[in-house]
Amino acid sequence: MRGFEYVRAADPADAIHAARQTSSAPPTLAPTQFLAGGTTLLDLMKLDIMRPTRVVDISGFRNRTDGIAFDRQGLHLGAFVTMAEAADHPDIRRDYPIIAQSLDLAASAQIRNMATLGGNVLQRTRCSYFRDTSWQACNKRSPGSGCAALRGLNRKHAVLGTSENCIATYPGDFAQALVALGADIEIAGPSGARRVKFEDLHVAPDAHPEIETILNPDELITGFAVPAGPWTRRSLYLKVRDRESYEFALASAAVALDLHDGVVNEARIALGGVATKPWRAREAEAALKGRALSEANARQAAEAAFATTKTHGHNDYKPELGRRTLVRALMQAATVEA
Amino acid sequence: MAGIGTAALRLDGPAKVTGGAHYGSDAPFGKPLYGVLVTSGIARGRITAIDEQDARAEPGVVDIFTYRNIGKIVPGNIMDGDGYMGTSIAPLASAAIKHDGQIVALVVADTFEAASAAAYRLKIDYAEEVPAATFDSPGTETVAGVVASKKHKDPAVGDAEGAFAGAPVKIDAHYATATQHHNPIELFTTACSWSGGKLTVWESSQNMWGAKTGLALQLGISPDDIHFVSPFVGGAFGSRGSLTQRTAIVALAAKKLARPVKLATARDQGFTIATYRAETRHHLKLGATRDGKLVSVSHEGFEVTSRPDNYMVSGTDASTRLYGCPNVASKVSIVHADRNTPGFMRSPAETPYIFALECAMDELAYALNMDPVELRKVNDTQNEPIKGLPYSSRSLVPCFDAAAKAFGWSKRSMQPGSMREGEWLVGWGTATTMYPSNISASTARVTLFPNGTAKVQTATHEIGQGIYTVCALIAAGKLGVDPANVIVELGDSNLPPAPVSGGSNSTASVSNAVSKACDEILAKRAQGANGAIEAYAENIPKGDPPDAIRKLYKGQPSFTGGTESKDSIRFAFGAQFVEVRVHRLTREIRVSRTTGAFAAGTIVNPTTARSQLMGGMIWGISAALHEATEIDPRNARYTNKDLADYLIPVNADIGDIEVIMIPEEDSIVNPLGIKGIGELGNVGMNAAVANAVFHATGVRIRQIPIRLESLLVA
Ligand SMILES: Cc1cc2nc3c(=O)[nH]c(=O)nc-3n(C[C@H](O)[C@H](O)[C@H](O)COP(=O)(O)OP(=O)(O)OC[C@H]3O[C@@H](n4cnc5c(N)ncnc54)[C@H](O)[C@@H]3O)c2cc1C
Ligand code: SF4
Repeated sequence: MRGFEYVRAADPADAIHAARQTSSAPPTLAPTQFLAGGTTLLDLMKLDIMRPTRVVDISGFRNRTDGIAFDRQGLHLGAFVTMAEAADHPDIRRDYPIIAQSLDLAASAQIRNMATLGGNVLQRTRCSYFRDTSWQACNKRSPGSGCAALRGLNRKHAVLGTSENCIATYPGDFAQALVALGADIEIAGPSGARRVKFEDLHVAPDAHPEIETILNPDELITGFAVPAGPWTRRSLYLKVRDRESYEFALASAAVALDLHDGVVNEARIALGGVATKPWRAREAEAALKGRALSEANARQAAEAAFATTKTHGHNDYKPELGRRTLVRALMQAATVEA
Repeated sequence: MAGIGTAALRLDGPAKVTGGAHYGSDAPFGKPLYGVLVTSGIARGRITAIDEQDARAEPGVVDIFTYRNIGKIVPGNIMDGDGYMGTSIAPLASAAIKHDGQIVALVVADTFEAASAAAYRLKIDYAEEVPAATFDSPGTETVAGVVASKKHKDPAVGDAEGAFAGAPVKIDAHYATATQHHNPIELFTTACSWSGGKLTVWESSQNMWGAKTGLALQLGISPDDIHFVSPFVGGAFGSRGSLTQRTAIVALAAKKLARPVKLATARDQGFTIATYRAETRHHLKLGATRDGKLVSVSHEGFEVTSRPDNYMVSGTDASTRLYGCPNVASKVSIVHADRNTPGFMRSPAETPYIFALECAMDELAYALNMDPVELRKVNDTQNEPIKGLPYSSRSLVPCFDAAAKAFGWSKRSMQPGSMREGEWLVGWGTATTMYPSNISASTARVTLFPNGTAKVQTATHEIGQGIYTVCALIAAGKLGVDPANVIVELGDSNLPPAPVSGGSNSTASVSNAVSKACDEILAKRAQGANGAIEAYAENIPKGDPPDAIRKLYKGQPSFTGGTESKDSIRFAFGAQFVEVRVHRLTREIRVSRTTGAFAAGTIVNPTTARSQLMGGMIWGISAALHEATEIDPRNARYTNKDLADYLIPVNADIGDIEVIMIPEEDSIVNPLGIKGIGELGNVGMNAAVANAVFHATGVRIRQIPIRLESLLVA
């Protein structure tokens, strides 16, 4: 990697101060980057894809003990909690299995020990044209350069939320759990704190694939507020991939169900591996509301979720795989004790 | 008394798990400089400009080597063409670019960090031409194997076409295998140091004497002035049998800078600077009688290679001889594309060709409504069909019997899709595995000390197969000493030469040489010698040319085995069974258990033999379901050059593995009766998995790796 200035932040306020930006670049291209677990950032720096000139180390915040808290409103997760800590928490495993599973099924034990929840939701796509600078065309890496994947090898690329400028898949798992549960994200910046719906954090590529979130470069994610609900216990995360572990999803489904006598009161559904951002499947939720959770009805909901997809050849299979993944997840979730 | 057949733990195990084992990049050179390679971003064209200014501004940079200043390197010939190289494409010979990821510069700096930062800052401009990527790409050139190589023959006998036309049951199908890369965990590293005109190279190698001879040719110096060292090898699988073009570049850099230079090639660069298994295509036609007897076998194969090199694996040599059949035809063609030259990768020839044949056999079994095991038995033979030569030994049927029983095959229902467990479709598949039993001329020095210890010295290679332990066991058994008291020295070109550790020949070649040296020690002792008794032995296998040892000293092995000998055909065999589970909806394919039974002559060390065979079976699962290097056809470039995207199985992908070794004696292959097993374990697995997937789902997939999207149809 290239040389950079290293700053160790004492606390979040210090970190925000150290990250004051002089450029107007979006966070992905900003010259200053936070270093949390480093499992995304350092990889991309070694590949010469991210080239910060200043790195603000916030990894020390991981040791704070107040990261996970429960109250009547629900669950609060600090941004500096590691993936492993959250996944292993017995109350999360019991009351929010969807969260524990989305983390358990991600990456490897070593990475989960290093990586933070804040860094996790900001992980970058695995598009191979993005991750290799010797490919000229990548709008996400070099805005305006084109997209090598559109007519290239795109087996793992997205079919929902794509644009003519980028079809890169949002690769993470945890974010789908947050989207399904309707979580909020807490953000701190130079002019104070704000709180937005987590679902609104990520933006689809449209004209600017390099803009991935609504964050400003000097804003720090500080936490996630997950509301309690009758569906959180009967929830699961299903991840379909080529190998059993240590791989990103070809398709995944995060589902949480409020069932009464086999009839859906409310279903919360998010899809991963198939979309450019963590994808809330509202049409599928609506299709299930008030109906019995049979496989046929689950299939109808899945059809609704994938009603308008755009495929690019190698990923033509994804809508069907996505539908089946959702059907399987729904049927499996129905058997979970509430 | 311990000796041949003793189940012994690896003598080098403790060193390996405590960091005591030394690999190429552990070269103990004082004050080295560090090199980082820069590789091309195009597959075909020319370098039009190199701007070094920014890179040289990086603090710590010492020098940058490109085609403009590296000096003279003789490209050399590929090993398949009687040379020592993996490719004849000399990367820094000119401005020309002939394949993706070709070496275009070596940046040398005081630290690895400075060298890599500077490597990013080096600006190289290219004029790109449209390359031909692979099969079906415009611009490839197809050449018949018999035209491309004198060594290649298209085995044939009888009238395959006529017999096929008249056969009551026929299979006519096309198969394909993917591009694969070895990806040994140890990266491709090289460390070079000069002293008084002599060069020391630390580099993991499967071929010490070949490497030193080949490098000497490249540099125009005497092989006697090169010392190659590689005590341990962190995985090779064929990738370190031939010399890559990087070694000479590092050697010249170290010479010019008069400092040792260490290079560690990055993982992605390993995909383009070394060899690989090229993609293949096959057209199989099988004709049989209604009771399953083959009357016609025809196998046509196509293999991709580079523009200049006629590399070819020619697996029809084995596939046309596996079963008894009076009418056989075959043809191999190579397809030249703008790629680096492919090379040996674990059972290079057999893996793709036996995959095609053994899938076709499964299809034939279904066309006949005959049990797939029964079909293999019906067509078993003790004489190969082309020339009628006898197999030196062939225990395929006992392997099928033992493995089928252990696996529980009799409980299988023939109908595809008929076995289920909950949400998972269950499929059972089988295939034959075979691998030539090679041996080469080899040498060894053994010393017996009065205190009951012994020393074995031979320039063979510990590539994980357990050769340290094998050498100790052979000497211990012969000399009557404890294996723990045998010091084994290998991996050093100053030791007596042994052949390339490839083609699964090492245990046979080296054991017979060590055994011969031990016999000489015993004879000397019987004649009254005392004190330390030393013997150096040259073992020339029966039927080898008399100059086999002279050639060995030039790094050229003399393989006899497989179809190379005049009086018999020499192969090891096995039967492989696989259970897969396929989810009824989402169609993930998971292997839940596998059983393999193998007969391979004398098993020197059952403990490491089991590991070899088990590793081979895992390797086969990997090839069948996971591994593939993706090529962008637009510009002939690889797109998944890392271990996150080039998939190999994780532990959770490998269920129970059962390895059964069937006793077999073979006095023809070599005096100790050893057949190699390093490449036997994987050959049949590709087809066994594919056949199991068919049994689970009723969907016949004729190319590997098999991925879930191909099963979403039903
Ligand atoms: C081999 C491999 C396999 C993986 N497999 C999976 C998988 O299967 N599923 C999955 O979900 N993930 C997977 N990952 C991704 C992994 O989960 C992420 O890399 C990790 O969660 C990132 O967290 P981190 O703390 O290390 O982030 P960092 O690398 O430290 O940071 C990532 C980015 O976020 C910014 N950042 C970090 N924290 C904050 C904050 N609090 N506020 C604002 N900005 C911040 C950084 O500046 C940086 O740009 C894998 C990663 C690897 C390397
Ligand atoms: S899909 Fe997006 S990330 Fe991938 S090459 Fe295209 S623009 Fe770049």
